[in-house]
Amino acid sequence: MLAFLLLPLLALLLRASPRRLLERLDDPVVLDALRLSLFTSLAATGIVVLLGTPLAWLLATRRFPAKRAVETLIDLPMVLPPTVAGLALLFAFGRMGLAGRTLDAFGLSLPFTTLGVIAAQVFMAAPFFVAPARAGFAAVDPRLLEVAATLRASEGYAFRRVALPLARPALVAGAAMCAARALGEFGATITFAGNLPGVTQTMPLGVYVALQSDLDAAIALALLLLLASFGLLLALRAAPGLGHLPRARD
Amino acid sequence: MLAIDVTRRLGAFVLEAALDVPERSTVAVAGESGAGKTTLLRLLAGLDRPDRGSIVLDGATWFDAASGVACPPEARSIGWVPQDHALFPHLSVLENVAFGLRAAGRPAAEARRRAAATLERLGIADLAGRGPGSLSGGQQQRAALARALVLEPRLLLLDEPLAALDVQTRRSVRGELRRLLGTLPCATLLVTHDAVDALALGNRIAVLEAGRLTQYGERDELLARPRSAYVAEFLGVNLFRGAVARRESGVAWLDTGAGEIAVPDDGLPGERFALVDAREVTLARDPSGTSARNAFHGAIVELIPEPPDGQRLRVALATRPRLVAEITRAAAHGLGLAPGVEVWASFKATGVRTFR
Repeated sequence: MLAFLLLPLLALLLRASPRRLLERLDDPVVLDALRLSLFTSLAATGIVVLLGTPLAWLLATRRFPAKRAVETLIDLPMVLPPTVAGLALLFAFGRMGLAGRTLDAFGLSLPFTTLGVIAAQVFMAAPFFVAPARAGFAAVDPRLLEVAATLRASEGYAFRRVALPLARPALVAGAAMCAARALGEFGATITFAGNLPGVTQTMPLGVYVALQSDLDAAIALALLLLLASFGLLLALRAAPGLGHLPRARD
Repeated sequence: MLAIDVTRRLGAFVLEAALDVPERSTVAVAGESGAGKTTLLRLLAGLDRPDRGSIVLDGATWFDAASGVACPPEARSIGWVPQDHALFPHLSVLENVAFGLRAAGRPAAEARRRAAATLERLGIADLAGRGPGSLSGGQQQRAALARALVLEPRLLLLDEPLAALDVQTRRSVRGELRRLLGTLPCATLLVTHDAVDALALGNRIAVLEAGRLTQYGERDELLARPRSAYVAEFLGVNLFRGAVARRESGVAWLDTGAGEIAVPDDGLPGERFALVDAREVTLARDPSGTSARNAFHGAIVELIPEPPDGQRLRVALATRPRLVAEITRAAAHGLGLAPGVEVWASFKATGVRTFR
């Protein structure tokens, strides 16, 4: 199994030559794609963490009608073919879409913009954060929160000082998964946001385009993507205040 | 004074409890698991709501079903120490104790100072920097007590304060806890399934049986006048109830419904309670050599160390009526007692206390 997983990565590495890779780094198209990919996937992860954390908390601690339906809905993008998701996003936020007209009235347009890339990534990557975050919050002993309440803590205070630190490893793992998924997003992005160099052409799109004309460029981009994914995962795990494991017990 | 009068339905189970907890007193709520002890604590802490009734502390209404008042836990002046202490695993002992002060909006420096002073008072100042995971059971309990007491609550709630401790620590902690509770300016309500803990810690004892408060009063009152067989057995005495079946030469034979026992005849008709201290019941392997009128044959059901770490054993017997004897370990060893062994249990009619 491991061999099967490693072989393609090895093959990719063997095809690449460092000199050509360095040459390609000067290529403005490659640079744009790299910058855009890092910016959009980090922005998407930020949005997912910001909005997904309270959602995961509510799902883990509250009972409400149609909770199962909400949970299924959130998990749906995990199994939805990305191109279908992109199409759905178009019908929702496209110029003629359900919410698109309202957005248009405010001068906002999502399709074929960088914002659209982020929207597609948020849509596809959110479940990769919400699911583990919810599990992390659910694993916090409810009695610790009850104790906090008897110690004059409001729910917000107990959330910040007890639930959040205890669920942090799960949140960090979820954020890393979410970022990786956002970085690799292809189908929904190309369907919803298009493939405009410098605006919506992220690295996965760049690899695909380059593959049809310039194999070396494709390899270079692919390797960069690989490095960026690794870098992102490492950075997230090491980020101060995020990546540290709970305090060692003396 | 804390005035409690509550009803709580949980499925088929109903908890009904009405009792007053006087200022500075310690009430031990005793009962078996499932009797509703923890439910009562949760109602007082505000973690659960009664279906009916009220909870009032010194005129401040914490809960009143009639007027719809229901203070959340954070608005009640309580200190809650759950059974396994539930210290915050990601915080040091000092941070655990300072938690409530910080939550109440006190400045960090003041919180640290007061938390440190409370640790000092409980004799665990040296543990301030440690994590809860590295503490022993007794240390965890003191840390949890410090965390609850630092807010100077009006009511301290202890859920099975000694149950999570091993036998060795239990005895010493029981004594320390007893002394500490004696110095507190607040009322304390603790629940326990252990008679020794209830008698050692509570100056008043409330007995919960299947959701009902069957007896509540001063410890000595309970010992002298247990009102149910459960209370009697819980406190280590045999309690019988019955009418006089026949009388002969100064002795009345009481029909307990499960065999007769001889008690001193007071000449009065009607039902009465009869109380036999478990230590008054002697055991023998054969029926000879006893002049007692009360001699019953039966198998040993169970041998229970009493107290849990002590040198005495409570022997539960399948006699008619059922009896509990309390003897020393040495005596039990000498007689070769074990579950299933058949013995003769006897006690003198003159040793039976009766009351109506």
